[in-house]
Amino acid sequence: MSELGAFFWQRRAEILALTGEHVLLVAAAAAIAIAIGVPLGVSLARRPALARPVLGFANAVQAIPSLALFGFLIPVPLIGGIGARTAIVALVVYSLLPILRNTHAGILGVDPAVTEAADGLGMTRRERLRLVELPLAFPVVLAGIRVAVVVGVGLATIAAAIGAGGLGVLIYRGVATVDHRLILAGALPAAALALAFDFGLGAVERRMGPRR
Amino acid sequence: MTAPILEYVGIRKTFGVGPAVLDGFSLSVGGGETVALVGPSGCGKTTALKLANRLLDAEGGAVRIFGRPAAEHDAIALRRRIGYVIQEGGLFPHWTVRQNVEAVPRLLGWDEARRRARSDALLAMVGLAPEAFAGRRPASLSGGQRQRVGVARALAAGPPLVLMDEPFGALDPIARRAMQKEFLEWKARWEAAVLIVTHDLREAFLLADRVAVLQAGRVRQVGTRDEFLRAPADEFVREFVSEFAP
Repeated sequence: MSELGAFFWQRRAEILALTGEHVLLVAAAAAIAIAIGVPLGVSLARRPALARPVLGFANAVQAIPSLALFGFLIPVPLIGGIGARTAIVALVVYSLLPILRNTHAGILGVDPAVTEAADGLGMTRRERLRLVELPLAFPVVLAGIRVAVVVGVGLATIAAAIGAGGLGVLIYRGVATVDHRLILAGALPAAALALAFDFGLGAVERRMGPRR
Repeated sequence: MTAPILEYVGIRKTFGVGPAVLDGFSLSVGGGETVALVGPSGCGKTTALKLANRLLDAEGGAVRIFGRPAAEHDAIALRRRIGYVIQEGGLFPHWTVRQNVEAVPRLLGWDEARRRARSDALLAMVGLAPEAFAGRRPASLSGGQRQRVGVARALAAGPPLVLMDEPFGALDPIARRAMQKEFLEWKARWEAAVLIVTHDLREAFLLADRVAVLQAGRVRQVGTRDEFLRAPADEFVREFVSEFAP
């Protein structure tokens, strides 16, 4: 164990730098997925006829094996190629479903008596969304973001396969050289990141929870 | 009774296919008057109410509100001038009691001092001391207290017309009695006309100046309790009011 500790210490600069890259990959993907998923989820809640096909499509995309998706994206112009940009695109694709689905469910989960009151008091649709529906749906939306981020941390390790950097670099190098210490140097910080994000977002969720 | 604040003339309303919910529905509510709309469930009471604040629009006939056809009103502006109380209150669960009461004044852009003075006065009127209740959330209130907040919220911007949909329907009998009695006291201080929907004829006779009995989409008779008992318009009405017959 102490041997492993020494190994990590010796490579601390690299581990730290790759962890930083990893966080950036996941954070950038999450930000984009939120920017797309929340508004799209809201509009799906308004259009039940569209909700089924769109959520079904997002579900199907989710089922594509991640390594294959990374590979498929490489030859695609503009969003594809080798590097972090392609990885972020793939991560966005995977993060979108939980955020989309939870936003949709969160908005539909608002008590109809409450939305009727909002209409009856003379809120515009925009006011109703901003003042009533989004705040009430927020804990559910946040739970979706939490799932997306935790899954994203794991998926981002695979992004190293297309040259996107991050902790996957250590894991791939460890696998190639059959060096379990290198694998752990990538896997342990990645697991710690996932747990930290899960815990942090869970704490925010709990704080928002009792408002209902 | 002054000129009608709200007037329905020969209204027809259907929901897609199926029979008309309202067919030949006519009724008027004068300034300051309380009118109760009573009838068996499914008779179209709530539909009629929602035509008044344009949550619904009629297919035939005319609704006139504040002297103008409903369609000429901007729906949003109109709703802010009409108080609306629904069963169970429909309070915003993420807002405090005060924020709930100040909802419409806030939408109208009142400044904070004016909003606060108004919400303090209304909370006091409905028997919820502001210092004890203003900061609480709806979930921590009893059903009766929530309904009081709902009434205060409806009155916040001083609307000339208040619509109440089964306002006391979710309360236990004791709380219900108390609210009915207090309603009469509050009513004396508002200057609003009230259209109240209820399935409870006793409540209707108690609260309203005039009662309209609705059945199968049209008003069978409008009048006071005495008029109903003395001269019921038809067999349905006679049967409906029979428990009040001497």
